[in-house]
Amino acid sequence: MKSTLLAGALLAIATATSVHAQAIKLANVAELSGGGATVGTNWKNGIDLAIEEINAKGGVLGRKLEVSHADSQSNPGVARAQVQKALDAEPYVLLGPGYSGSVKVTAPLAAEAGIAQIMGGEAAELTQAGNKFLFRTSFGQQSSMPKVAKYIHDEMKAKTVAVVWVNNDFGRGGRDVVVKELDRLGSKVVADLSTEAGQADFAADVGKIKAANPDAVFVYLNEEESARILKELKRQGVTAPLMGETTLIGQKVIELAGDAANGARGHVGLTTDAPVDLIKAFREKFSKKYNYVPDHNGLKGYLAVYMVKATTEKMGKVDPKKFAETLHGLTIKAADQPGILMDVTFSDTGDIDRQSFLVEVVEGKQVVKQVLPKVK
Amino acid sequence: MSNLFDLLVAGLATGAIYALVAVGFTLLWQTSQTINFAQGEFVMLPAFLMLAAMHAGAPFWLAIILGILLSMILLGLAFKMLLVDPMMRHGVLPLAIATMALAIGLKEAVKQFFSAEASPFPSIVPTGDISILGHAVSLQSIGVLAVAIVAVFGLTALLNRTSLGHQMQAAAQNPTVARIIGVPVERMILLTFLINAFLVALASLLITPIYLAKFSSGEVLGQAAFIAAIVGGFNQVRGAIAGGLLIGVLDNLAAAYVSTQYRAAVPMIFLIVVILFRPQGLLGRAEERTV
Repeated sequence: MKSTLLAGALLAIATATSVHAQAIKLANVAELSGGGATVGTNWKNGIDLAIEEINAKGGVLGRKLEVSHADSQSNPGVARAQVQKALDAEPYVLLGPGYSGSVKVTAPLAAEAGIAQIMGGEAAELTQAGNKFLFRTSFGQQSSMPKVAKYIHDEMKAKTVAVVWVNNDFGRGGRDVVVKELDRLGSKVVADLSTEAGQADFAADVGKIKAANPDAVFVYLNEEESARILKELKRQGVTAPLMGETTLIGQKVIELAGDAANGARGHVGLTTDAPVDLIKAFREKFSKKYNYVPDHNGLKGYLAVYMVKATTEKMGKVDPKKFAETLHGLTIKAADQPGILMDVTFSDTGDIDRQSFLVEVVEGKQVVKQVLPKVK
Repeated sequence: MSNLFDLLVAGLATGAIYALVAVGFTLLWQTSQTINFAQGEFVMLPAFLMLAAMHAGAPFWLAIILGILLSMILLGLAFKMLLVDPMMRHGVLPLAIATMALAIGLKEAVKQFFSAEASPFPSIVPTGDISILGHAVSLQSIGVLAVAIVAVFGLTALLNRTSLGHQMQAAAQNPTVARIIGVPVERMILLTFLINAFLVALASLLITPIYLAKFSSGEVLGQAAFIAAIVGGFNQVRGAIAGGLLIGVLDNLAAAYVSTQYRAAVPMIFLIVVILFRPQGLLGRAEERTV
């Protein structure tokens, strides 16, 4: 009897160890503190939710997913060190970071290690450096900014525009594309204002916008700064329509800016208010688990894990070396992989093509005004 | 021109908050030679105490009262008894370093309990505009300025017009003689700590709706208030007030007319100029030191 029990226990331990050994290891490095804490926390929670779902359904090719989380403190230097540490543990795929500046300094490390990196950065230059291992979860600025400029020119009928941007890789990248596009379309940039990451006081910047008296204001800052400038714009009574990207009209911004966010418009590649059933279901699951409504970063983190699942299932094996090659040019349909939420195609540079939305904040809620179809 | 007017009003409103914090700096220095490098974090914390009260179900007005009372207990009484008194025996420098450690501790504690993300904070002043000299000025700026001015005038009246204030001044200027003539010096020092805690809680209430409640929001404020106190004169309450207003306006004008990147550098350059040419500060008195 004793020996049977012992054998049973040994078997149980052996099985547990072998399941553990078979787990597919992912490494996440994200902005869990510092200025990008909103970005990183949403991204991390999205990842955890997806992994929990996938594991509950038996994992990927019968193997469970495991993820380690590291904090970049929203600092590119720390991000680089954390990514190096994560790569030393030889993960299957690297997830994150979310900030473009951090992606820029970590992408060469992942490429050198031959590990695919699925990240949240949106700066145009990231996928233009010939990196064969870098993949986006959302639109790059070269895809989204022309749509923004067109909307400002055609729909807002703005002849003069004030552009406010954050002085980092993300802000500068967006500013460069949008200013070029506005110029091409014939809208004049009457104020071109750079602001600092983490800036608390926007009185002077809004004063300059007021003095320039533009037909529209394009705001391209990170979430917390977006909330602060929205409050200041309201405080100083600026009435020109406001246009931005995802970071101007995200859930966190609406929560922080309150009334001041009403009326702001933005082009978003991903929103939890999208009129898409799978996204609605995601939003419900996420809100139930974490007690708050996620922003687009929650979606990005969630999608990153499902990109891993879809690509691995396409290969039919867990092969880190072949991963990037398989994902290039891959089209994943939501009908086959519900976790991918919307049909998506990855280009050879790691950029994505997917439908997107034009959103306005109405009474503290994102309201989708237009759906812009997938390009190809 | 209208831009300049807007910038001045916004600068004065921010400067008034700096002044509140800077006054606290000078009060602590004068009465107990405490250089409180955690002063910025002292402004950050009360907002979170108020938020915690609101999360527990208290209405905003009650949360404000609770927040101010808790700040006076934690940042006034406990700060003095648990950190300043034991460290003071070892001199000014170890105490200053201990306050730096306290600043880090407070930030990390708030990050741990509330998360690193910013939280919204309600404003005690409604949004909207009023017209002054033909310019639309936001009610929030006026409200912030008004509350700060009332607080500063109230404090000045307390210090100069009441017996309690005279005793506090006596305790600050010459504690030995003050003790001989019967001034309860220890109690007066404690009172300045409580006043400082009240002022930072008030500053927190005024600035947080604009800057948002975040664990790191004290860094900018602490630095600005420190510069304001030195520029104005570290040993003068009126100097701290003038310094606060001046730094607030200078910061806004620098951001508008120099560049946003260099806005933080301009008050620093001004600080260096003041230290070089008038080390006692604009309104300060030269202190004699014995060796």
